[in-house]
Amino acid sequence: MVRSAWRVGGDPPARLSGVLWLGAFLLPLAAWCALSYLPWLWHPQVLIAEPGDSSFSAGMRIERAAFAAAVAEAARQGQRPPQGGRVNPVFLPAPHEVARALWTGFTTPPLRRGDPWLHQSLGHSITVIAWGFLISALVGVPLGVLCGSVPALSRLVEPFVDFIRYMPAPAFGALCVAVLGINDAPKVAIIVVGTFFQMVLVVANTTRQLDRGLVEAAQTLGASDKRLLTRVIVPGILPNLYTDMRILLGWAWTYLIVAELIGASSGISWYINQQGKYRAYDNVFAGIILIGLIGLVTDLVLGWIGRFLFPWSGQQVSRASALAFAAVTLPLRLPWLLLRLARRYDPKAARPQEPDHA
Amino acid sequence: MPEAPSDPVAERFRRIAARPVVLDVRALGMSFRGAGGKTVQALHDVSFQVRRREFLTVVGASGCGKSTLVRILAGLAHHTAGEVLLDGRPVTGPGPDRGMVFQGYTLFPWLTVVRNVMFGLEMGDMGRDQARSEALLWLDLVGLASKAEAWPHQLSGGQRQRVAIARALAARPRILLMDEPFGALDPQTRATLQEHLLQIWQQVDVTVVFITHDIDEAVWLADRVLVLQPPDQDHPGGWLAEAVEVPLPVPRTRAMHDLPAYRAVRERIERLIRPPRPPAAERLPVFKMTAAGDEVL
Repeated sequence: MVRSAWRVGGDPPARLSGVLWLGAFLLPLAAWCALSYLPWLWHPQVLIAEPGDSSFSAGMRIERAAFAAAVAEAARQGQRPPQGGRVNPVFLPAPHEVARALWTGFTTPPLRRGDPWLHQSLGHSITVIAWGFLISALVGVPLGVLCGSVPALSRLVEPFVDFIRYMPAPAFGALCVAVLGINDAPKVAIIVVGTFFQMVLVVANTTRQLDRGLVEAAQTLGASDKRLLTRVIVPGILPNLYTDMRILLGWAWTYLIVAELIGASSGISWYINQQGKYRAYDNVFAGIILIGLIGLVTDLVLGWIGRFLFPWSGQQVSRASALAFAAVTLPLRLPWLLLRLARRYDPKAARPQEPDHA
Repeated sequence: MPEAPSDPVAERFRRIAARPVVLDVRALGMSFRGAGGKTVQALHDVSFQVRRREFLTVVGASGCGKSTLVRILAGLAHHTAGEVLLDGRPVTGPGPDRGMVFQGYTLFPWLTVVRNVMFGLEMGDMGRDQARSEALLWLDLVGLASKAEAWPHQLSGGQRQRVAIARALAARPRILLMDEPFGALDPQTRATLQEHLLQIWQQVDVTVVFITHDIDEAVWLADRVLVLQPPDQDHPGGWLAEAVEVPLPVPRTRAMHDLPAYRAVRERIERLIRPPRPPAAERLPVFKMTAAGDEVL
């Protein structure tokens, strides 16, 4: 059974799938640990603890070959040899160092007065992404749906969108700053430029993939073009649209790095760059991992929510999951529930008209 | 020679002939620019009339243009010659006066069964409460009132097509177009649905145009069978070879498959669609797949 799970098109059992999900993270972590903690694995440099009579000084990182040469040289000259232990280059901190950096990043004040705390940087980044993505989606999704539905509009819009799509968003950086100043506006603009054009094309394509039969069936039932859009096309593509948005949100994070380096530097990627300049690579790793974690958690949460948003797609939802979702969304649904309850006691609704059988 | 007025079948056809024409197809032609810029003609000079509450089936081999024909009737494709009149008015696009049941499953997956049936009613600006009670009546008619709140993906193929029929009928079309609606179903379900469809047709005042490639289905269901033929030397597009009346009483029963009248009609259509070919003269060579076992060749 386990063996067949690894065949092409195999069907791994649920238990194994969970294990594999964990393994996806544990295996790279294990590799990282091995590289960091097994001194005979890689460790290409030597950290000088005691320089002896050599020209090295304590705390220097020396290539192993150079160190061995220095030791041999010292032995030949009858001098005290340098001493030290094998280490990895400074750009590969060990897991525990990164973990500590993550912790201290949030608990210790920034090195320079006036610099933002890590959580402030992070919050700023999330704000920029949220605004950029929201603006992009508010225009891009309707335009994409229209392009996917009306071929003539698609011919008019998509060639130009396709043309701009190939221009890397960073290329617009200087322009954005010139037009929008140096604060957050050009950063949001870069995110918009980076995601909007992709979004129009992706959404248009998703819309075109909607089963033609559904649209035709609605037409034979008397749906006007406007109602086709609102009652058939939009609800029909919603699950795929939701997935598209999840993927495009990942793109937005890619452009964040560029966006935060133009104008006044700020946010998590500024933090990463700054720490890189200080050669504090444990903090760099902490920042990178933080971005990854936010992305992963966002995607998992959105995926989890997605299973409840579209009950008609036939996805299996466990009872515990469903209860949790109902509890979490209760405040949101409360007005709606009250409205339905109120309607039930409406005197007119209480006595429905008998349908005319004739 | 006129038959005796007591003959119920002849009497029935006489009554149908006296009814007004619902659908009038005149010299219909359809051609389109195909791959490589060559003009392909799908239909050539097709003319027929359908009278009120008639059950018409269209049968033909693949490539004879029967799907194109029904799509033109529905307004989903456009003809390039002739005209289509519904109650005397030309058909220009899809509309609720022509209900359609497709071969593929076209229930809206994001709506429950009853909301699917309500769709056409709501497009006709009926209030939601009234649409709902009316939709439930139609669901009851196709025997699926108990599934009203189910999602389409929870239904079997046969149930989905029954809901599709209810949905098309709920909009109260003048004519119900069916494009191989049972083509994707297994033979048992298919037979059940055929009986079901006739039963619905008995109860509902609607004219039916039913496309199929199955001759048995075409003959058993219909008052009249149109036989479409693929293009040949004399006809650049799919053409109407014959309109065959089916001299069987209604309501139909399965036992009628054995009546001589049924067999005669079936035989005639079969010969039109698949002209008998002389059997291959020589014995064909047989490929041996194994050397083991006994010699059976």
